[in-house]
Amino acid sequence: MWDYTEKVKDHFLNPRNVGEIDDPDGAGEVGSLACGDALRLTFKLDENKRIRDVKFKTFGCASAIASSSALTEIVKGMTLEEAAKVTNQDIANYLGGLPEEKMHCSVMGREALEVAIASYRGQKVEKEEFEVVCNCFGVTDREIAHAIRENDLKTVEQVTHYTKAGGGCGKCHPKIEAIIEKIRKEMEKEAPPPPKPEKRKLTNIQKIKLIEETLGREIIPALKADGGDLDLIDIEGNKVLVALRGSCSFCPSAEITLKQYVETKLREFVSDDIVVEEVRP
Amino acid sequence: MKTVYVDNNATTKVAPEVLEEMLPYFSEYYGNPSSMHFFGGQVQKKVDEARAKVADFLGAEPSEIVFTSCGTESDNAAILGTLDSYPEKRHLITTRVEHPAVGNVTTYLGRKGYRVTELSVDREGRLDLDELKESLTNETTLVTIMYANNETGVIFPVEEIGEIVKAKGIPFHTDAVQAAGKIPLNTKKSTVDMLSISGHKLHAPKGIGVLYIRRGTRFSPFLIGGHQEKGRRGGTENVPYIIGIGKACELAKKHLDEENVKVKALRDYLDARLLEKIPNTLINGDRAHRLPNTLSVSFEYVEGESILLLLSDLGICASSGSACTSGSLEPSHVLRAMGVPFTAAHGSIRFSLSIYNTKEEMDYIIEHLPPIIQRLRDISPFWKDYLKSQGKV
Repeated sequence: MWDYTEKVKDHFLNPRNVGEIDDPDGAGEVGSLACGDALRLTFKLDENKRIRDVKFKTFGCASAIASSSALTEIVKGMTLEEAAKVTNQDIANYLGGLPEEKMHCSVMGREALEVAIASYRGQKVEKEEFEVVCNCFGVTDREIAHAIRENDLKTVEQVTHYTKAGGGCGKCHPKIEAIIEKIRKEMEKEAPPPPKPEKRKLTNIQKIKLIEETLGREIIPALKADGGDLDLIDIEGNKVLVALRGSCSFCPSAEITLKQYVETKLREFVSDDIVVEEVRP
Repeated sequence: MKTVYVDNNATTKVAPEVLEEMLPYFSEYYGNPSSMHFFGGQVQKKVDEARAKVADFLGAEPSEIVFTSCGTESDNAAILGTLDSYPEKRHLITTRVEHPAVGNVTTYLGRKGYRVTELSVDREGRLDLDELKESLTNETTLVTIMYANNETGVIFPVEEIGEIVKAKGIPFHTDAVQAAGKIPLNTKKSTVDMLSISGHKLHAPKGIGVLYIRRGTRFSPFLIGGHQEKGRRGGTENVPYIIGIGKACELAKKHLDEENVKVKALRDYLDARLLEKIPNTLINGDRAHRLPNTLSVSFEYVEGESILLLLSDLGICASSGSACTSGSLEPSHVLRAMGVPFTAAHGSIRFSLSIYNTKEEMDYIIEHLPPIIQRLRDISPFWKDYLKSQGKV
């Protein structure tokens, strides 16, 4: 059974904005019966060119219905410029996340929105202009490239989860690999050097919280992967006192771990003057 | 919330009588059947009794029964154990609708250089025996064809197939995991050389299977180890589970009539009412040759996972051949092989009953399923399109 969030279940069991708007300002339909899911999105603008009303009809699984419902809640009240910036991640995040195998449902939402906005602007999203890479599900190189960029995808399996491309006969896997390589190269060139995490003057409470968060998110999972663990014992000014557990507690390179890994990470995320010290029981 | 369990082709409840028989062999009688002392000997006696019960259920000799860990192991052992005995032959015949326990083995062997013929099925899920006849060659090592399909319940004419295959002197294996306990099996009157069954599909626990190997069949062990199972399957006997499947086979033999009268009547009742109450509903598979407990039904223009989750919300446990439930992106290989149209393949639901189901449970499903389908059709863009195309709106 899929591990759906409560929010997904809620939007599936109580979908919002179901239906079709007669005489809509914009309409978009993606997917098909053959593909196993499809979404028809219609919207109407108000006098300020904001989305006044938006409705969906979806054929598909629970996460497809929930993603469509979430999409309508997200874009209601937005201008089309704002709506055009909605990503599939926004939809997934709105639902508290989707199983990775179901991310294509959020992509379907974003694509329907794109088609609907284009239809309002009198443009057409022409599939014919692009190469159909996956014949089983009719996915183009443009759609694959878009999903790779928007979701930072790295493998064929991920591309399949997000776009369905490659989920049928599998003949297109080499093509998908080539697209991943090409797009990732482009992304590397375009990407600015990773921004340094912003460090601001922290109150003591903020600092303690941030140290705890950083330990929990960045440091402990990495230690656990090697069978180790760490407990935060106390914080005195800039001194962070920790006790090493698990395999770390008798590891000969524990000192190096502490200084080069734990301290470096805390300095990166919390403050440049953090000093980590080990407390032994 | 009450639970209406109609997913018995996935797994079944352990019968209380089965559990009761098993329990002492976890704690009190824990001896190794191979031991020389009385403590192991008394366990050996129970294992022999269980083997006799399984043999009786299958119309076999006890010496023809090999206990395995599951249906998948039985299938793997039958296929790989036969190929190993005929290293000079490199051709396999199977069907496009096998369970993955067979289908993925033959696909794997295809990659390893074996020639694999996959027989097709028609719209009703039936085989073309002429295609089988034409496929048999002097190179054919093994024919492996399931007895009855797990998704649709369609029963293949295994005896006819066996006669065709045996006339050429080729070994024949059948995966009877879904057939066992639902239709009569009698290896004595049969042409089958090897037959797989699984405990948890017939009210024994998960983790026990049987491979019937006809006396005189060439076979190399799949699991190499000790002398257990007359050298055909190494590994200390899983005593409590062997005793469990023995008891389950005894019960299955006793319940076979009930399965074919009471369970069949419930299935037919559900089948007829759903067709009557829900428009654009199709039954998948040959209704004239179908397991008495299985109903594969498709509701057009809606998707299976959504149906299952709404059913599950009401305590009804079924399964689907839709893409989304399998974790793959395409609907079940069985429905695709049958050429079930896409309008219906994604909206397929399988109900599989057991002797523990009641008419009240069927009525509960019949009451709640039509509004679920209607609700999903109201959300589906294709339903209104369809109604328009029919001039109904």
